[in-house]
Amino acid sequence: MFVALRDLKNARGRFVLMSVVIVLITFLVTFLASLTEGLARESTSAVTELPADRLVFSMPAPGDSPAFTASQVTAGVWEEWAQLPGVQTAEPLGVATTRAESAGTTASVTTLGVIPGSALAPQRVTPGTVLLSTGAAEDLRIGTGETVTLGGRELTVAAVADSDASFAHTPAVWTSLEDWQAIGARGADGDEPVATVVALTTSGASDADLAAADNENGTTTLTRADARSAVSSFAGENTSLTTMQAFLLVISALVVGAFFSVWTISRSGEIAVLKALGASTAYLLRDALGQAALLLVGGVALGTGLAAGGAALLPGTVPVALTAGTTLVPAAGLIVLGLLGAGVSVARITGIDPHAALAAR
Amino acid sequence: MDLHLEHLTLTYPDGESSLTAVDDVDLTVPAGSTTALLGPSGSGKSSLLAVAAGLTAPDHGVVRFGGEQVFTSATPAARATRERLNRIGMVFQSPQLLGSLTALEQLELHAHLRGRRPASVRSRALELLAAVGVADHRHKRPAQLSGGQRQRVAIARALVGRPEVLLVDEPTSALDHERGTQVVELITQLARELGAATLLVSHDASTLTTADRTVRMRDGRIEEPAGTVAA
Repeated sequence: MFVALRDLKNARGRFVLMSVVIVLITFLVTFLASLTEGLARESTSAVTELPADRLVFSMPAPGDSPAFTASQVTAGVWEEWAQLPGVQTAEPLGVATTRAESAGTTASVTTLGVIPGSALAPQRVTPGTVLLSTGAAEDLRIGTGETVTLGGRELTVAAVADSDASFAHTPAVWTSLEDWQAIGARGADGDEPVATVVALTTSGASDADLAAADNENGTTTLTRADARSAVSSFAGENTSLTTMQAFLLVISALVVGAFFSVWTISRSGEIAVLKALGASTAYLLRDALGQAALLLVGGVALGTGLAAGGAALLPGTVPVALTAGTTLVPAAGLIVLGLLGAGVSVARITGIDPHAALAAR
Repeated sequence: MDLHLEHLTLTYPDGESSLTAVDDVDLTVPAGSTTALLGPSGSGKSSLLAVAAGLTAPDHGVVRFGGEQVFTSATPAARATRERLNRIGMVFQSPQLLGSLTALEQLELHAHLRGRRPASVRSRALELLAAVGVADHRHKRPAQLSGGQRQRVAIARALVGRPEVLLVDEPTSALDHERGTQVVELITQLARELGAATLLVSHDASTLTTADRTVRMRDGRIEEPAGTVAA
């Protein structure tokens, strides 16, 4: 990079301008990725943190997509699944977003109904009590021993769990299935619905076995990760934010490509001279791509750092989640796509005729 | 090593027909000597130089260094590039220095192109810059040098790799008569010291007093038989 490094130093203004553009795009992509992840967690963490590997949804009509808002499983379905070979545990789980009232305030929460003693709740829940997530405790400004009214039913706070689980942007609370049925108005006995889904822990059950059981019971079984798409707020948010990120990545590649295209054209005379002096095309491509890589890595690193720093300073109410997936992955994507854009642009080096150095044809 | 141009012919497409820029040219430039190639615009001088440098493949004919065949119509571009890097020095009509490099770095670049550390040629580069009279300006970029100083740096750059053949295209076109004469004198002197076969293209005979031989070209052909001393 003998010439490239000196070009960077000599044409400082142009490269600083381009670096600023890369930094800003990186900042935006990283922030959006962190926001997407944060919002996804707010929408689905109560599902993704469940100690179960599959969820069984009822299908109200053939062809419908599984949805927590539409699913209702009966005691009969629950028992059928519990008896299936390869299913270690099958537990009903009620999911309902309700209004909660404490002495001081009201808030929306998602009530998760479980069998007393179920591992689906972070701590043991008994009838007449409620277990709060940290978010619910903060929103309702109450603690252990105080009372809260959920959907008209008064319950005592058994504990504040060490969990920030939430569902559809509302904090989670856990009650007994009996209390949940009263709150969620989902019937009680016989073939009446008892819960929203059945949470399975499987071992050795094949996909074919599960599909056969689904056919027999009129249900759809999803993995815990796939069940995120059954949360109504998740799919729309995630799709639109991910689309924005994808567009930004493509735009950044085009911007970098356009810059290096103009840069390569402006120095085509020098490239002809270098070729006439004996520089191979491979040397010149390495030099130009090295320059682009340096610019991209520097700009992306700075942009990622700024976004991470900025996100850390934001108040807790802004749902941004900084992880390797929301910082390093977009950064790598920006560098790879930027290099691709630069590569297409600097490829024109191969077509520059060294004869042009003589300016005499 | 002598430079031999043997039966070189070069044509360019010209609409539906073709234009013969170099027409069956034979020319020998002995090692350590400077042959000036004179002629009006469009006579084929620069085209002949381009073929001798491997920048353009001839339609017919051979370029030899000593007895070795170097460029023909079938020489791949990559090989031609390697030969230029390792065996040929070039000085262009305008100095064609790289804008971001200092005078010293223009010379050190040659080592980098050959995969060596730039510092490996530093003492040689400093010697050459001193020989062409711009050692005091070694840390200046082209924009900080005068036209004459830039051309001197270009000459030093062409010689830093100890080339067997030096090809010079109109080195005095942007200089006044006095400076032009000095530049040609410098080239012939350094080529002699180095033992390089030097082919120098010019349209101004008055600056060529120090060349060992002058050859005239017209319509793609050498007018006077090779070997005629006309200076």
